[in-house]
Amino acid sequence: MESLSNRKKVLEQKPMSFMERIYLPSIFKGLAITFRHMFKKKETVFYPEQTRPVSENWRGMHSLKRDENGKERCTACGLCALACPAEAITMTAAERKKGEEHLYREEKYAAVYEVNMLRCIFCGLCEEACPKEAIYLDGPVVTADYLRKDFIYGKDKLVESPFKS
Amino acid sequence: MNLFYLVAFLSIFFSLLVIFSKNPVHSVLYLIVTFFTFTIHYILLNAQFLAIVNFIVYMGAIMVLFLFVLMLLNLNKDTEPMKSNLIKIAGVVAGLCLLVTLVGSLRAVDTSAPIVLKNPGIGLVKNLGKVLFNEFLLPFEVSSILLFSAMVGAVLLAKKDPK
Amino acid sequence: MEVAFLIEKVVLVTVIFAISLGVAAYSTLAERKIAAFLQGRVGPHRAGWHGSLQPLADGGKMFFKEEIIPAESSAFLFILGPSLALLTACIGSAVIPWGQSIEVAGRVIELQVTDINVGILYIFGVVSLGVYGIMIGGWASNNKFSLMGAIRAASQNISYEIAMGLSLIALLMMSGTLSLKDIAAQQHGFWEGGYIWDGGYFTWNFFKQPLGFLLFIICAFAECNRTPFDLPESENELVAGYHTEYSGFKLGAYLFSEYINMFVSSAVMATLYWGGYNYPFMDLASSAFGPTLAAILGVVVLFMKIFFFIFFFMWIRWTIPRFRYDQLLHLGWKVLIPLAIANIVITGIVINIINYL
Repeated sequence: MESLSNRKKVLEQKPMSFMERIYLPSIFKGLAITFRHMFKKKETVFYPEQTRPVSENWRGMHSLKRDENGKERCTACGLCALACPAEAITMTAAERKKGEEHLYREEKYAAVYEVNMLRCIFCGLCEEACPKEAIYLDGPVVTADYLRKDFIYGKDKLVESPFKS
Repeated sequence: MNLFYLVAFLSIFFSLLVIFSKNPVHSVLYLIVTFFTFTIHYILLNAQFLAIVNFIVYMGAIMVLFLFVLMLLNLNKDTEPMKSNLIKIAGVVAGLCLLVTLVGSLRAVDTSAPIVLKNPGIGLVKNLGKVLFNEFLLPFEVSSILLFSAMVGAVLLAKKDPK
Repeated sequence: MEVAFLIEKVVLVTVIFAISLGVAAYSTLAERKIAAFLQGRVGPHRAGWHGSLQPLADGGKMFFKEEIIPAESSAFLFILGPSLALLTACIGSAVIPWGQSIEVAGRVIELQVTDINVGILYIFGVVSLGVYGIMIGGWASNNKFSLMGAIRAASQNISYEIAMGLSLIALLMMSGTLSLKDIAAQQHGFWEGGYIWDGGYFTWNFFKQPLGFLLFIICAFAECNRTPFDLPESENELVAGYHTEYSGFKLGAYLFSEYINMFVSSAVMATLYWGGYNYPFMDLASSAFGPTLAAILGVVVLFMKIFFFIFFFMWIRWTIPRFRYDQLLHLGWKVLIPLAIANIVITGIVINIINYL
């Protein structure tokens, strides 16, 4: 058919010459190329000792933040759970008792906060939804595990460790 | 001599197993073992070249092709063609005829005088080559032409008609 | 037969056996390392110094894995397959001359298990037997993919055995013997007889039979089921082919036999075409260090050649992609066999001309 765009290229298949048909020159060329690769710089990253640099908007494991006094920021409002497209976040709210003011910033806090890492798609919508700047996806890669139940991360794994004073 | 009787017993035993095993693939495997015992027979007769050629050609090539074909065939019980009684009777008659011929020819041969090898190195490659290419040159070449024509014929049969 | 002779042979067999198993074990590491180097990686490096204990770790893993025998398979043949593969791989090294004779405590020891006068044919026989391990294992697995792998292995090995034999005949016409020891001894040194205008020539058979060597090495690749001829065990079309159903040590036996085959065929190639244990200026070395040390140096040289060929096997693996099946048979029957026959004819003519002069 006539080409309308006039950009069509007709490929011409020439019959191979004798040197091409015996293949040996191209095999030696290939061998030379692979041999040269032996002396190139190795790309391997020795993972547990070295890690690759991640970009600034990298999203890893969630962490629940504390404020400048070391109190948990989360108030268990549930907006993150609502925003989550994968239904990965659940929580149970509780009321702050007397004498717990140094632990929680507001009167209401999350007694249980669970993220199912098998469901989570690391989209970062929970970060955006949070009004208290309490959750950020700035952790490391979520590691592998053997059982499904071990992928439901509770507050023990999510909450930022308290500041050292 | 004892070694000979052991190997002879083994070759007869395995060739019987070839006939009596139900599974054709097992049958071929027993046939391979039988050929291996033949190789040992050749070595006992000091015919090294024949032994190794038997090893390469029969065990290494022809039996591989047998196995190849048997593995490709669908050998279920219901597709087995050899079931009619007529074929069985014909097979028995043919086998008996062969047996009678063999026994008759063996009776005619005088085996009482022990055969003594005049030259123990007659089975070596060098001597065999000299014999083949001097005394028996014509039969050798004729047999090679025979094999070649068989090969050409096989290729012709395998090719489809162009029409 | 005297006792000392028996002890000598038993020790020699044990040493050769140990060396071929050790070389095969470290070939697995070398395979992974070389693959990594050619691809810009570093390869296994955790177990031991630069991964030097990796073969032990792999072997241990193979031992402790579960041995599965499929319910619908024939168990005896299923076990016979890998055993046969390993056996035929190991017995091939019996006729290879590893070096000149050395002298230990006043006893001359030949560094060859046995010098039968049909040495090359023995190796052919062993190689042709090797396909049974694959075929029996593939058939006994009762798996379509395994059967396909077994059938491919059978037709491939038969096709390339013919070309291999024919490519060797030209060499045998020149050497006039089938014994590997004599062939190695004929390639004494590196250069024979003065300058080239005085009728000097290379003694190694490669320089007399370059085409024969090319055909032989291609066929050796095919016989070892190595890339680009690894169709019997192609991972992506046959899910590992004949050893799909195998696990644990039986799988290990199959993989191991492949590496031993590689070692033995490298040794055969080095012996037949690259001078075996011979090296340049070996007469000088012999007069300088004494015959025993020179012979040991020859063994080292032979092993260097073998290691180069093993490296070449792996190098090719990461350079040339796998053939299609029809291309494989086309190459075997329509290219290699006619070339081998042409090589025989040319060699015959040249030998007659040289004899006539």
